[in-house]
Amino acid sequence: MTVEIPAGRRPLVATLAVLASAPVAWLFLRAESELAVGAILAAVVAAAAVAGRFGLLGSLARAAVESERATSLALAGVVVILVAVFHDDHFVLLLLAKVLLAAVACLGLHVQFGQAGVVNFAGAAFFGVGGYAAAVLAAHPGIPHLFVLLAGGMAAALVGSVLLLPLLRTRGHYAALITIAFGLLFRTFIEVNDALGGPQGLRVEGLRLLGWRFNDNHSLGDAEFSFYVGYALAALALLAVAFAVVRRLETSWVGLALDAVRLDETAAGCFGIAVPRWKIAAFTLGNFLTGVAGALSAMMTGFIAPNNFTFRESLVFVSIVLLGGLGNVWGLTLATFIVVVLPEKLQVIQEYRYLLFAALVIAVLIYRPGGLVPRALRRSFGAAPRGLGEGGAA
Amino acid sequence: MTAAGAGGPLLSCRGLSRRFGGLLALDGLSFDLPAGRILGLIGPNGSGKTTFFNVLTDIYPASEGEVLFAGAAVTGLPPQAVYRAGITRTFQRSRLCLPLSIFDNIMIGNHARLDHGLWFNLVRRRALGRQFRESWGAARELVQIFDPPLADRMLEPVGGIPMIDRRRIEICRALVSRPRLLLLDEPSAGMTQDETRRLMDDILEVRRRFGDLTIILIEHEMSVIERVTDRCIVLNYGRKLCEGTYAEVAGDAQVRQAYLGLT
Repeated sequence: MTVEIPAGRRPLVATLAVLASAPVAWLFLRAESELAVGAILAAVVAAAAVAGRFGLLGSLARAAVESERATSLALAGVVVILVAVFHDDHFVLLLLAKVLLAAVACLGLHVQFGQAGVVNFAGAAFFGVGGYAAAVLAAHPGIPHLFVLLAGGMAAALVGSVLLLPLLRTRGHYAALITIAFGLLFRTFIEVNDALGGPQGLRVEGLRLLGWRFNDNHSLGDAEFSFYVGYALAALALLAVAFAVVRRLETSWVGLALDAVRLDETAAGCFGIAVPRWKIAAFTLGNFLTGVAGALSAMMTGFIAPNNFTFRESLVFVSIVLLGGLGNVWGLTLATFIVVVLPEKLQVIQEYRYLLFAALVIAVLIYRPGGLVPRALRRSFGAAPRGLGEGGAA
Repeated sequence: MTAAGAGGPLLSCRGLSRRFGGLLALDGLSFDLPAGRILGLIGPNGSGKTTFFNVLTDIYPASEGEVLFAGAAVTGLPPQAVYRAGITRTFQRSRLCLPLSIFDNIMIGNHARLDHGLWFNLVRRRALGRQFRESWGAARELVQIFDPPLADRMLEPVGGIPMIDRRRIEICRALVSRPRLLLLDEPSAGMTQDETRRLMDDILEVRRRFGDLTIILIEHEMSVIERVTDRCIVLNYGRKLCEGTYAEVAGDAQVRQAYLGLT
């Protein structure tokens, strides 16, 4: 059973559906008691189940994916609305910004893992490289902070290049082990390195762009604005850019080459696709995105220590990618929200969150191997080329 | 486009060998193939036919010997370079990317003619769109030769279509870059006689349209070999047993013994 939505209406329907999630997110984010959080969650799950039963969920998802521009603009709109509503709430804004930055980092993993098939179990380490690069560079007052953010990404990409040679020579579990080893090494390296603060960590300067100091609270008339408003919006902008780049990459010839590399290296090689070159490109671009997110995150929290970048944090990134649906950026965004926000709102599970994520990932892999939103059929160049079907033959 | 080296063979193998440990899968194979011919490669299972394709496309490096393609050595190059020189292939077991659409699979074969620059792909979307539409037309035209109804299903995933159509798409993927030499590894495997006949009609049709496309065909179905090939090479234990027209090799006593165990 499906509900047919006429093609012309899809952007409108998708926009409305996304906007409708704003009040739910608002209720959820401001709910204080665990009972309320649980009730909202149960209601959302029940609503999704019912909608799924009547085919509404599928139609909505299809409408959302097919009118991508409307959906992503509406999503950005929802975030802006939430930021505006919670403008004086440090905690919620910090949480939102964390979700957005984690989503950027996971987009990096998506390029590596979901597209080129290069595993990376050291996501948190590359996040950390970006953070430490920002900490070191931002300490010099002369360096513009936009450059500091980019340098965070470049540092992560550069450090990642150390792994290229072993990664290109191995596959599967062995490649995964290399990245795990790198993650452990990174943490140990930082811990014994006094110049980088050792186990105590480093203080990081707040972001300054075009004379705007992000760490100052502002007030407009009677309204007080938390300094996290600026960070949340900066994180949103970063996510928007990263999302656009990744989607454009996916729908281009580059995305096709990456897919071919992931699906069949031998056949790809026989058709002129330089497998190592594309693996390097995907790994480097992914680390760059993760590093930029790490740099902004470090400047936002103002402090970083080796304990923020452990193997467990890397696993959280990987579980987000698996939970959302390997190869689907929409699912990834949804999963980031779930994985980052849920433990903060449900303090009961905070202590057991790794246990729960592990169980959740196992459950997803068994019962829904594609993830919450499975990979969609690859579409070259965005939407289906309608009208090409008949007139395409020259 | 005729073979370089003025009238020389398009493909020339000299003492090509491939060793796997103690096994000589390919043992000193030498032959010349002029442009525009269809060569049949036959022999019992394990006689080195597919190994020859794998060595030729540099999936396995050759242990000894060399291959000249249009006068230039292609041994020891990466597979991409062999493709760029104009050699494409199909695989014995279909190696399409099942989750991808028919169109995307064919475009994988079109790699050399697509622009993969980051700037082009990320920023110049209008130009990308133009290239996309051109490629769409080319892919559709090609699929139409084989199966017109399939050309209307170009955006369906390959995983959902029957075997014979998958073979056709694999051949389209190999043809879309306009190669000079096409290697077909048992295209009729798992097909009924009728399907095989139709596929061979298509291949002859493709050759007619593409001018001097040269084809090497591995095939067990002797009626196919008889019908489409100009020449045949029989392999046994990695060695060339004999070479000639189908009628010549079919009458050869050694071939009869290798294949049928007749003395």
